[in-house]
Amino acid sequence: MIADDGDDGASRQLSPEETRRRVDASLRRRYRAERRFRYYGLCSVCLGVIFLVILFGTIIGNGYSAFRQGFVQLDIHFDADVIDPDGGRDPDVLSVADYSLLVKAALRELVPEVTSRGEKRELNNLVSAGAVFSLRETVMADPGILGRKRSLWLPLNSEVDLWLKAKLSGTDGDGISGRFSARQLGWLERLLADDRIELQFNTAFFTNGDSREPELAGVWGATKGSFFMLLVTLLLSFPLGVAAAIYLEEFARRSWWVDVVEVNINNLAAVPSIVFGLLGLAVFINFFGLPRSAPLVGGLVLTLMTLPVVIIASRAAIKAVPPSVREAALGIGASQMQMVFHHVLPLALPGMLTGAIIGMARALGESAPLLMIGMVAFIVDVPSGPMSPSTALPVQIYLWADSPERAFVARTSAAIMVLLAFLLVMNATAVWLRSRFERRW
Amino acid sequence: MRLPTLLLILAAMLIAAYFLGRQRALSLARPAGGIRSLHSLPKYYGYYAALGALLPGVALLLMWAAFSDSLITARVVQSLPDTLRNQPEAQLGLTLNDIRNLAAGQMFDETRSAEFAVAADLYNSLREASRKILSGLVIALSFGGFALAWFQLRPQFRARNRVESAVRFMLILASLLAIVTTIGILLSVSFEALRFFRQVPVSEFLFGLSWSPQTAIRADQVGSSGAFGAVPLFVGTLLISGIALLVAVPIGLMIAIYLSEYARPALRRIVKPVLEVLAGIPTVVYGYFAALTVAPMIRLAGQQLGLDVASEAALGAGLVMGIMIIPFVSSLSDDAINAVPQAMRDGSFALGATRSETIKRVVLPAALPGIVGGVLLAASRAIGETMIVVMAAGLSANLSFNPLESVTTVTVQIVTLLVGDQEFDSPKTLAAFALGLMLFIVTLILNIVALQVVRRYREQYE
Repeated sequence: MIADDGDDGASRQLSPEETRRRVDASLRRRYRAERRFRYYGLCSVCLGVIFLVILFGTIIGNGYSAFRQGFVQLDIHFDADVIDPDGGRDPDVLSVADYSLLVKAALRELVPEVTSRGEKRELNNLVSAGAVFSLRETVMADPGILGRKRSLWLPLNSEVDLWLKAKLSGTDGDGISGRFSARQLGWLERLLADDRIELQFNTAFFTNGDSREPELAGVWGATKGSFFMLLVTLLLSFPLGVAAAIYLEEFARRSWWVDVVEVNINNLAAVPSIVFGLLGLAVFINFFGLPRSAPLVGGLVLTLMTLPVVIIASRAAIKAVPPSVREAALGIGASQMQMVFHHVLPLALPGMLTGAIIGMARALGESAPLLMIGMVAFIVDVPSGPMSPSTALPVQIYLWADSPERAFVARTSAAIMVLLAFLLVMNATAVWLRSRFERRW
Repeated sequence: MRLPTLLLILAAMLIAAYFLGRQRALSLARPAGGIRSLHSLPKYYGYYAALGALLPGVALLLMWAAFSDSLITARVVQSLPDTLRNQPEAQLGLTLNDIRNLAAGQMFDETRSAEFAVAADLYNSLREASRKILSGLVIALSFGGFALAWFQLRPQFRARNRVESAVRFMLILASLLAIVTTIGILLSVSFEALRFFRQVPVSEFLFGLSWSPQTAIRADQVGSSGAFGAVPLFVGTLLISGIALLVAVPIGLMIAIYLSEYARPALRRIVKPVLEVLAGIPTVVYGYFAALTVAPMIRLAGQQLGLDVASEAALGAGLVMGIMIIPFVSSLSDDAINAVPQAMRDGSFALGATRSETIKRVVLPAALPGIVGGVLLAASRAIGETMIVVMAAGLSANLSFNPLESVTTVTVQIVTLLVGDQEFDSPKTLAAFALGLMLFIVTLILNIVALQVVRRYREQYE
């Protein structure tokens, strides 16, 4: 054999033992390298998984506490003289009355020894400024309650809430106690011992809009904003994307022009999202004069962003339909349009839907372009439609992450958990759709 | 009439047109010998009538939406007294904004002069009139279109062909939207960027070493000129993306190699989707993670080692961004590695090479173009990434390559320049568009090169 010549030449100078020794040594070295390489690979995989675990661990660890909120039980006397001195039960009068007086009176009743002005202020600060809203709602819903006494659970101030959570979990919670005076701590301990203070499920977090007071801030406004935005995105990007995909796959003949469109779609899918925000700002807001902060504009921008994703997924789904289906349809006399709409499209639809849902999930998590079109404004009201100002879930997370109040840390993480839950549901739906309807030809 | 009402009416007319058209076809066919005498199925006559009702109205609606606002604004500007009308463009924009707000009833500023109230009233009445005219015209046009279609219907009318070519036309329009988007991005961004370059020379923007976009409110303020040298931003962007790639490329590549060459199918089935979760997490979550967890950790570690670490160090943002693009690199590398024909591996094994030698000497060189393409795409994503750097990187433009210092990036500056109150003509706002243009061009070049490389490589083995 020709290839053996060199080896023969080499082995002539080496004894067989020496050769074996060398081969063994090099084999050992090579196997070690092999194990090492394999070990690097395994380490990388583990690193990836560890990153994921740390990420989720941090967020859940920070955020789970925000789903519970500290409440204090107060025996509120709905004093008609305070709320409605005229006795007219006029809704306009009832809605502007000073309900904080009721809270203050109830607190005084619980802690009767408070007399000085400073002490009173310290006492009143323990209860959330939002307590008055729930009192007002109670009265507005049932004016007959005036003059009677009722025991109500009212939210605590966010700092007290943090203290309570730290206290109940047996930690110091970053020295939160240091932020209260000894008097306040005494009152709180006493109320806690009397079972007047407890943690309850934080409904406000799921039903309220944004607020400067952490204990009143909720994700409902942002969720609704995101919903309207995704609705606009879905209604526009799915039909347009499918139509474009149909044209490119079924009708367009190969030409330089189709190549340009194709390259362009692939490029658009990789353009940074913030550039779409610039487009939205320049075109939709400055040129067309659409309102800032409206989910409609957000939806339009996200449509342009998700369109390439939908087109690419839809084209893949159409490509997966075998040519025999098309030929059979054409063979029995269907026009090309009938063939596409009656036969190819229904078969490709699950794949297209999967792509659309994945595109929507991406749009839901997107925040950079929304910053450009003014959806970062501080908006308390829950939006009522696609034209009313609102924010979106990821933007709400960004806003809260920037807030200085400590209680917003937990709420940011909780909002992230809500966002991730939505994404999980969407992606799970996509996976389910794929496994349920996908046909292998 | 509000827009939703109008759309509802239009929809109702559409449905009515369909049934009327279909009915008409059937009744035309009856004397001529039944449904067989029709050229197309009856429903196509219905579709044709419906299209007749739909297209002219929608076309008008779109045109109106595009132009009515600017026409009304021009009319309002004309009505303004000379003192207000002859302001510089920027001031005029602010005035118009105030008028719009006043018209929407959002602002009750008593100090505003009566002229504003008059203009706002005019604005409102013009809008009201425009809305009325629009509703009337759209309904009339739809009706006219339907009538036209209706009288065209004959048994031998080629309704299916007409409808199909209309549908085809709409499909073409939809496929053009992607092109229109690209052109829209280019035009809108470069238009504003050109206005910026009229005030600040291109050479200063591209090569200037200092960036402080705060322009003065008053002309005589000290240090008010504002500096627009973007080199510190480019350096900051490169630094953070570089760190991200240093993290993501080795880890992502090794993950791809391990999963495609070593891992048992069961492990692969579990680990792959788990890692893809990393790709599905919104970037704002990564930003929060970087700012709240990673940055303090790095700071603490730095203090232990006696290093001076900025609280918004480039390292933190870069690390987290690297984690974010790991799945991106690994899935693209995975594709490239899987595209290498098995015969090449078998050949290498037959020569006595170990698995790792095969991978290093045969598979990776063969897959290199695909991997490089993937890395380029990852780089383009890292450069354009916004939320992580907005939340975890700094704002001050330091010209530094030190990963422990705080640097700022192009995207951070775009966001800070454009979020919040803005006058639309100051170089400060326009600078954001110039930066956006740079970003768009750079990522576009990276993407085109990467996609070309990946595509050519794929053809090589197919």
